Amino acid sequence: MEPHTGLVAMHMSDGIVDAPTSVIFGFVAVLGLAVCVARARRDLDDRTAPMAGLVAAFVFAVQMLNFPILPGVSGHLLGGALCAILVGPYVGAICVSIVLLLQALLFADGGLSALGTNITNMALLGTFVGYGVAVAMRRIATRSRGGLVLTAFVAAWVNTVVASLGFVLEYAIGGEGLALGTVIGLMAGFHALIGIGEGIITALTVGAVASVRPDLVYLTRSAAPSLTIKGVSA
Amino acid sequence: MTSPGSGRAPRRSVSRLPVAFYAGFLVVALLLAGVMSYAASGSPDGLDAVTQTGCELDEAGEPVGGRCIAQNAGEHATAGSPLADYAVGGSEGTTGIAGVIGVLATLVVAGGLFWVLRGRRSGTGLDPGDGRGLRDEPSSRVE
Repeated sequence: MEPHTGLVAMHMSDGIVDAPTSVIFGFVAVLGLAVCVARARRDLDDRTAPMAGLVAAFVFAVQMLNFPILPGVSGHLLGGALCAILVGPYVGAICVSIVLLLQALLFADGGLSALGTNITNMALLGTFVGYGVAVAMRRIATRSRGGLVLTAFVAAWVNTVVASLGFVLEYAIGGEGLALGTVIGLMAGFHALIGIGEGIITALTVGAVASVRPDLVYLTRSAAPSLTIKGVSA
Repeated sequence: MTSPGSGRAPRRSVSRLPVAFYAGFLVVALLLAGVMSYAASGSPDGLDAVTQTGCELDEAGEPVGGRCIAQNAGEHATAGSPLADYAVGGSEGTTGIAGVIGVLATLVVAGGLFWVLRGRRSGTGLDPGDGRGLRDEPSSRVE
């Protein structure tokens, strides 16, 4: 029961899927991140660049905090929706990717050959689908603090489940050892529960940032200037 | 006028960096990684629980029999890293130290990259070719 055993691998190890599948999703990850880097520049300025670095560091910290979901099974934050809501989807995907990269390189957490699949699932799929949910709920999110917190919860829950389904896709292409239907059921079931934890953490974090520095919440910031203008012109 | 309200004018953002907020955010991250990490669950996470389903595991959690997804998993390429498995030099009870190092490393790498990317922005602050700048959205929302 050493405390660190549960932190060994929140992510796919080497050899979970075959080499061709790892290579395919390595390309997917590189292409996706190239787009993110190109698009991230417009979202980064003197205030948001340090914020984005801190958000990445925060996600690293919270990913260490495995919480129990069932007897013998835990979960931890993935962080895609959290990052996307605070610093935007492109910067956010890079944040999660850097966390995954450092975990694999420094902490032996997540295989090096599995970086492509892990980045695809948690940094790209989870972040962009989670952000899509948040954007769809933006009217609710901009209405009140409670609306923003609810949006964060829902986006984070979807982010977790979708990321887990990314693994199912990769397993279907290049994995073996368990019936696909069993993998789908277990992954979706576990991550529906983990997503509740992810949702609570994301809601608490976004709510806390919004209460102190609402101007540092990307999702609602784009709407903020219009309110300012209304206030000034009224 | 609208320009002061854009919130992205470089001169305004430089002079009003929320340094206290940044510091507080970092302290929270350091406390979570350095202190709270000792309370983390030691059970396998959802993904590991699935990949280990069907296998018998030894005390280290490695599959030794049966059939499961993780049976093909190899030893990690950086298993010999001084910070492997979130412990410093493999010593027990050093999770918090490893966590603090990880938080600071992530901040340096991510913050450094984002700062450099920001530095490459065109000097005008907003690229008119973006088509998604703040200038567009507020005007459409004001109506």
